[in-house]
Amino acid sequence: MTALPEGAIDCDIHPSVPSVQALMPYLEDHWREQVVMRGIDELNSISYPLNSPLTCRADWKPASGRPAADVATVARQALDPFRTSVAIANCLYGVQLLFSEDMGAAFARAVNDWMVKEWLDKEPRLRASIVVPTQNVEMAVDEINRCAADKRFVQVLLLVSGDTPLGRRHHWPIYAACEKHGLAVGIHAGSSYHNPPTPVGWPSYYTEDYVGQAQAFQTQLTSMICEGVFTKFPHLKVVLLESGFTWLPAHLWRLTKYWRGLRMEIPWVDRAPGDIVRSNVRFSLQPVDGPPDQESLLKLFDHMQSDELLLFSTDYPHHQFDGNAALPNGLSAELARKIAIDNPRATYARLMETVG
Amino acid sequence: MSRHVVATAQEIPEGGRKLVTVRGRPIAIFNLKGEYFGMLNRCPHQGGPMCEGLITGLREAKQPGEYLYSRKGEIVRCPWHGWEFDIKTGQSYVDPDKTRIRTYPVEVEAGAAVVNGPYVAETIPVSVEEQYVVVEM
Ligand code: FES
Repeated sequence: MTALPEGAIDCDIHPSVPSVQALMPYLEDHWREQVVMRGIDELNSISYPLNSPLTCRADWKPASGRPAADVATVARQALDPFRTSVAIANCLYGVQLLFSEDMGAAFARAVNDWMVKEWLDKEPRLRASIVVPTQNVEMAVDEINRCAADKRFVQVLLLVSGDTPLGRRHHWPIYAACEKHGLAVGIHAGSSYHNPPTPVGWPSYYTEDYVGQAQAFQTQLTSMICEGVFTKFPHLKVVLLESGFTWLPAHLWRLTKYWRGLRMEIPWVDRAPGDIVRSNVRFSLQPVDGPPDQESLLKLFDHMQSDELLLFSTDYPHHQFDGNAALPNGLSAELARKIAIDNPRATYARLMETVG
Repeated sequence: MSRHVVATAQEIPEGGRKLVTVRGRPIAIFNLKGEYFGMLNRCPHQGGPMCEGLITGLREAKQPGEYLYSRKGEIVRCPWHGWEFDIKTGQSYVDPDKTRIRTYPVEVEAGAAVVNGPYVAETIPVSVEEQYVVVEM
């Protein structure tokens, strides 16, 4: 295994909301009562079923309840062993699945306030992404503006599968707000399940759902490039989280091939898609969905044509590797340092403001 | 370098094109508003016949949703995969530094000059009354 440099910046960890009860102090009166009146006991999506082996590594699994549910556990399991200087908390909770815009916005506010009080205030190594009600773009922007004053929020979190492709112009106010506040846009695996999680319909098995996430990422990347998000917001940084990355070279070859012949349809895309990716898009490291042998993996890094694209992540508590082997074998010390420290710093403008 | 008479000017009206052969090489001749341009009839991508391409203009945008259309008639799209090339310079739009088509200077000469001068008339008979398209190669 490649040694992880000291002071790594972990760009994707997942503290859990232990139960809806934990959010009660952060919900407004109406919604707190609704939880009781409606008997809402869970708002977790089926993206990470509690007993799936992927959802939590065996040695990180608590005796009962959800993993990664308190700050001491996260510090002990996710921060200390990796000598992490900063970790970005991406809370995956069912906010985006709700059909009610008001309820989505209320729960997003609660999750973000809970994140500040229960996590950021208690553990100085933590930063977080703002959870937004994607059901309504104006409400999402309001939530970004409300949270942005706290510089420990470094990113806005979107799910890779929502109602419409993320390049479409009705999403742009979110990107404008991110660019204005120096927040990255983090697009994480997961779905609102308003559409089937694969382009061909509903699958039967969890494996199909999880593997299919990569296609959703490809489609979103294509959408954001073709619709001109990076022409409109040239300073925007988009981070694909838990996306895998070994599909990137092949996907860019394909996209570039058709851009060459069809670019007059989208004349605002005035650079090759690969150039846009290299300036504006980043990828979290885990899960490494690469070839098992070192040589092929290094060849793949060559195909990516840049050592600035990957950002270190453990994807804690998801089970993507064992022990402390968070970096794949065979990386040079220089590349390990770029992935673990330099690239995250260059991506998250706000990290520098609060870490120095 | 020699000068080759390849067609009468009349044969290639404004907006028209003609495929000719000069020293065994296929050359596409285009008439842009009365000015003639020649390019190798072989796309640098995979060899598509440029002379059969769609003639169009240049589309650019500063913003998404914008279609700034200029240089109407000055761009030819390869019929095979649609890459756009500047008829005047042979430059490709998608990769202007590395991907370009070889171009050849083309002029129109009076028949009288062609009959007397140091020209090679490839396959066509020449007469003093006509205007001729001449490729330099
Ligand atoms: S051969 Fe001309 S674009 Fe492919």
